[in-house]
Amino acid sequence: MRHFVTVGIFVILMTILTYVGLSASGLMPVEASEQARSIDWLWDIQVKAIAFLFSLIVVPLIYSLVVFRRRRGDTTDAEHIEGNTRLEIAWTVLPLVAVLALAYVGAYSLAEVRRVDANAMVIKVTGIQWAWKFEYPEQGITSTELYLPVSRQVVLKMESPDVIHSFWVPEFRIKQDVVPGRVTEYRVTPTLIGNYKVRCAELCGTSHAYMESPVIVVDQAAFDAWISEQQRLAAALDTPEKRGEALAANNACAACHTVTGAESIGPTWLGLFGSEVSLADGTTITADDAYLEESILNPTAKVVEGFAPSMPPFPFTTEEVADIIAYIKTLQ
Amino acid sequence: MKKLNPVLRGLLFMLVGGSAGFALGLVIALAATGQADPAGSVPAVFAWFLGATAFFYGLSGYGPAARGLVWQVVGTLAGALFVTLLRLVMGLDEIFGSFLFSEPAWVFGALVGVLSFIAGSRIADDWWKWAKGISTPEHDEDPADWRKYLGVSLDHKVIGIQYTMIALLLLAIGGTFALIFRTELAASQLQFLTAEFKLFNQNGLQIYNSLMSLHGMLMIISILLGVSGIMNYVVPLLIGAQDMAFPRLNAFAVWIAVPAAVLLLASLLLGGFDTGWTGYPPLSARAPVGIQMFFLGVFTAGWSSILGSLNIIATIVRLRARGMTAWRMPIFVWASMATSIIALTATQLIGLSFQLVMFQRLLGMGFFDATRGGNPVLFQHLFWFYSHPAVYVFVLPGLGVISELLPVFVRKPLYGYRFVAVSSLGIALVGFLVWAHHMFTSGMNEYLRVPFMYSTLLVAVPTGVKFFSWVATIWKGKIETPTPMLFVLGGIIVFLLGGLTGPPNATVSVDLHLHDTYFIVGHFHDTIFGGFVFPFFAALYYWFPKATGRRMNETLGKIHFWLMTPSFLFLTFGMMRIGLLGMRRRIADYDPALGLDTTHLLMTVAGYLIALSVLVFFFNFFRSITKGEKAAGNVWNSRSPEWLVPSPMPAHNYAVPFEVVGEPYDYGLPGSRFVEFSKAKHPEAH
Repeated sequence: MRHFVTVGIFVILMTILTYVGLSASGLMPVEASEQARSIDWLWDIQVKAIAFLFSLIVVPLIYSLVVFRRRRGDTTDAEHIEGNTRLEIAWTVLPLVAVLALAYVGAYSLAEVRRVDANAMVIKVTGIQWAWKFEYPEQGITSTELYLPVSRQVVLKMESPDVIHSFWVPEFRIKQDVVPGRVTEYRVTPTLIGNYKVRCAELCGTSHAYMESPVIVVDQAAFDAWISEQQRLAAALDTPEKRGEALAANNACAACHTVTGAESIGPTWLGLFGSEVSLADGTTITADDAYLEESILNPTAKVVEGFAPSMPPFPFTTEEVADIIAYIKTLQ
Repeated sequence: MKKLNPVLRGLLFMLVGGSAGFALGLVIALAATGQADPAGSVPAVFAWFLGATAFFYGLSGYGPAARGLVWQVVGTLAGALFVTLLRLVMGLDEIFGSFLFSEPAWVFGALVGVLSFIAGSRIADDWWKWAKGISTPEHDEDPADWRKYLGVSLDHKVIGIQYTMIALLLLAIGGTFALIFRTELAASQLQFLTAEFKLFNQNGLQIYNSLMSLHGMLMIISILLGVSGIMNYVVPLLIGAQDMAFPRLNAFAVWIAVPAAVLLLASLLLGGFDTGWTGYPPLSARAPVGIQMFFLGVFTAGWSSILGSLNIIATIVRLRARGMTAWRMPIFVWASMATSIIALTATQLIGLSFQLVMFQRLLGMGFFDATRGGNPVLFQHLFWFYSHPAVYVFVLPGLGVISELLPVFVRKPLYGYRFVAVSSLGIALVGFLVWAHHMFTSGMNEYLRVPFMYSTLLVAVPTGVKFFSWVATIWKGKIETPTPMLFVLGGIIVFLLGGLTGPPNATVSVDLHLHDTYFIVGHFHDTIFGGFVFPFFAALYYWFPKATGRRMNETLGKIHFWLMTPSFLFLTFGMMRIGLLGMRRRIADYDPALGLDTTHLLMTVAGYLIALSVLVFFFNFFRSITKGEKAAGNVWNSRSPEWLVPSPMPAHNYAVPFEVVGEPYDYGLPGSRFVEFSKAKHPEAH
């Protein structure tokens, strides 16, 4: 009995110390969304459970090692205790009840996280190797930075033309894969103004580590100002060359194609138009409008020698393709 | 030459063979493509194949290993040339590819190579003879010295040691890979695996991804082989069998792991692959040809696993000693049964899922290609249907070792033996119903998430039974702590940490944060180290005297333990901490703004300390084989039958069969016995 009391006291002490220690060390990043609140609440419950269960096993283990260790010269066996069916049933049934309760709470928390606001603002997100692109259909603008108004739910409709990516902002807690061939949904209500980053969480190839883009949460006034500025900039794109340059920037073409002549994952655009291009099948072709159009819409049709056929097809309109080609023509 | 130490001779031959292969590769690459890049894939592949072959030739002459590898090399070349010729005759545009042969040629060549290995090493010859109506001897006599471990033996103990040695070799290679990328992670920004770094047709980032991906799969194969090693050695001894039910199948299963390992490592040389060990399409459908070698390597290793587990089940069901009813089976036998049921029935799914990607690449079948009506998420379901239960294949035998060894070192019966026994089967069963918890963020149907959360959390119940029973076993025991017991205790604590960090991943909403971060990396390294690595080391220290008649050095064993355990705990705590703060899995570089540099640096130091401790282990292991303290008797004062006969274990196990007359773990019950050797008393049985 004496042993049980001592161990019991130590279990309680160690539970408290472990929990306080863990919480004080700041386990999670800043909490910046409504969804994060529910997740952090459930996480905290689990940290408490972990602290308790860890102590419940480790304290009697260490206590036994110290108190019941074999004394020098003792060669006899220990007391013959085979087990206790009631105790075994108890430590089967009690954990069963506990995990069912945890699962129920988990389902509740998931429902909180997935709570739908009918007035949520829609933003289209595209993840491509290795960049993010954000389209605001209601406002008619496109950006490589995700600007979000605080305290308003947004729903991200996410697509990928190449491989699986995953949209994760650690401060928002939630994460959702972006899967080719389907539109996945990410709902978040930012609650804290600040600068964060979306970090691709699903291995997506060579430069996966660098697939990060700014996420900027601002108040409604600043958001409106940013929108009008973007709209003004978009309207200023009055020539095909300027529109092409903006399209190239928004679609992260520079992730693979430089405009400086340097070698990258894809051929450089500097001096590309009108040049003779050697293809992987041994033939050569002049880089004219038709060739460039085909290479944008159906990139693997003609593969340039020395490069992998890894570019995804980009679903641009005919006008957009013409704009991009006009921009490439300026790079001589 | 003859007087040289065989291992040194092997290494010398490897150097010569490797250099010859390298030169040959350069010449062939130059002839075929007009270019010869010394850091490229082709010379490396030739160097690897010929070097590995020459090593075994130097080690033990033209035996099964060297012969099998020679045949594998010739078979691979023949297969690849056949397809190349076919493409030439068909007038296809691309006769060759970026790695000399085209992808179909490499795949077909690798397949022919594996089959050639089987023919060359003659591991299937007896079956072939039987098919032709020729009978073969019941037993092959093994050579008396160490050479038996390099031959095709039918003795389960030799095979168990062969498994263990391959497992340790892969553990060392996989660990070295981890050290390389752990070093790159010591600080943010790229230090040596940069964009300018070029090796095997990959830049630094790609090499990072290939090493990281291969680390995962090499360790998994190493663990599967380690599990097979312990089960093969111990199960027949524990149940009083002379050998496994199917000795030839047993030899086949261990030998087929050799071409599997050769292929897996060849994947690094053929452009590598950047998909992680999970090989998710569409990324794996776009990866370099290395991924095909990876698929084929896994496929071949899976073959080994399926056949090995079939054998274990048949052995346990059919070959138990008289009187060994289910409730009198040693707990490790229960665990082996549970683990083998999973391996026998689930392994096919990982082979199948990889095969489908292989066909998508080779034959244009759009299984997982969304533009052709395929579904990338389907792959994940198929993949995890094996790969989650696989985790229990790794840990159940380890937990079995813990339950098996605890009573010996606390001198008390295993508390609640029946509950512990059944909990293994419980974990195996529930383990089949939880796979989609790896896919909470995958975009699968949302309504699937909650049922999989419930099923996943249920795993905690049988796992909890084990922990409570272990603590109750230790409670009031007379505890001794020699090296095997230290690793048992370390295993319990580390596995506890792995277990307790599991439920947060099971609850969907929290997992939305944790998924694909270093938190997961820390969590599963805890489960695998606690559930496999620590118990594996415990088993090696514990049964080493049985296999060799000598024991490993206690001081070095304790240094190994006390160096590895704190370093490992620090490493995984660090992983979990940085994961929560925003460190994603599988990245070569991280944002300095996250402020994780110091933690990463300390984690790298911890990684090196673990490597150092494993070096101490290897030194102790190999030295003790010849120089260890002699230990022919019942070293640990165990009740288990294998310790009641002298060590090393005789070739056909028990000269006199035993009968089970009591409970396996009745320590502290005066006059009780577990087994009784029938007829005349066995000299060592008291």
